[in-house]
Amino acid sequence: MTEYLIRPRDLDWHPQPLAPKYRSTHLRAPQHTRLHYAPTATEMAGPTFGHDTLGELDDDLIINYAAAGQTAIGPRIIVHGKLLDEDGHPVPNKLIEVWQANAGGRYRHKKDGYLATLDDNFGGCGRCISGADGSYSFRTILPGPYPWPNGGNDWRPAHIHFSVFGDGFAQRLITQMYFEGDPHIALCPIVQSIPDADAIDRLVARLDMDKTVPMDIRAYRFDIVLRGRSATPFENQMEGT
Amino acid sequence: MMTDLKESASQTAGPYVHIGCVPSFAGLRRMYNGHDLGATMIQGDVAGQRIVLTGCVYDGDGAALTDALIEIWQAGPDGGFTTEGFSNWGRQPSHADTGQFQFETLRPGRIGNQAPHILLWIVARGINLGLTTRIYFPDEDNSADPVFALAGNRASTMIAVQTDTGYHTDIYLQGPNETVFFDV
Repeated sequence: MTEYLIRPRDLDWHPQPLAPKYRSTHLRAPQHTRLHYAPTATEMAGPTFGHDTLGELDDDLIINYAAAGQTAIGPRIIVHGKLLDEDGHPVPNKLIEVWQANAGGRYRHKKDGYLATLDDNFGGCGRCISGADGSYSFRTILPGPYPWPNGGNDWRPAHIHFSVFGDGFAQRLITQMYFEGDPHIALCPIVQSIPDADAIDRLVARLDMDKTVPMDIRAYRFDIVLRGRSATPFENQMEGT
Repeated sequence: MMTDLKESASQTAGPYVHIGCVPSFAGLRRMYNGHDLGATMIQGDVAGQRIVLTGCVYDGDGAALTDALIEIWQAGPDGGFTTEGFSNWGRQPSHADTGQFQFETLRPGRIGNQAPHILLWIVARGINLGLTTRIYFPDEDNSADPVFALAGNRASTMIAVQTDTGYHTDIYLQGPNETVFFDV
């Protein structure tokens, strides 16, 4: 059995619990500091999901909710990248779930009453499992920006939500991916709750012309990084002997 | 080897997390054959004590969160994480009206020096980084558990209450009874 340590989380890199300009945090941010302990057997283990979990169209949001022969409305894009850990190791065979608004900025959710029209052919969710080299990919449409109730004139940048599993439950992560060049990134209280500009920049996907298919679909590249898993000195010794 | 990698910064799961994680609950029954991952933890006839774990998450005004997503991760009855017929992992939305969540699971066993416990993780609108806590049992001796001990006089916020069918936990995000959350 591989012995490894999950690196401590850098809480100064993540958004703080209370973000004054993000109103929903006011009553939901715990006031005590999180108590730290090193992951135990419980947090070092985590659920596994086999490729048989997936349906054939799970990774294609353009058609996975559409009627036969139909496609979702909006600019067609591939989102792809690698699931890595902080030590640069690929993280293979891990479930990645995504959800997003449609091209008009409307979610298929009863709590979303935005003016933009629902697209009958777009559900807004998909999932895939990282490959042996950590790579993942799905097809979707470019989501639209939308206004949200935060006490002012606040608009979310176009984004895709990501839910990611690691080897250990301590690596569990939910985040959002943004798009290169979106002026709303700098204006969004949710994005700007992240204190470090570099941390924000790493959530911004880049246009990838190499993977863009001519006359068909553009590609965006987005790498996801989970907490590192350093091998223990004990294991290194064992491997060296 | 790349050395400048940092964990991707967390962002809130937002109010529409259900679309991605429990699409059938969100009304997208066409997705994933109508099956929400993590909805069923026990498959078939598995040894162990079946318990229903209920709970509710409250904000600083005492209002129940009706838009949260809860995941649990726990050992099986044998204290291990590879129990046949048991997923060790469950995922449930809080009820859209009452905020109650419910898992049908197995009572976990001890793990080494750790008392039986269930790891519980909460994401929702207004939560920027998922909140991790543990559930301990009122009918166990938790005193020697190192994580329980770490919480000192706040450890009682992690002890569930016995019910007719299992256990119930109330989780408070703020206030005098604020639940212990961990950086682990």
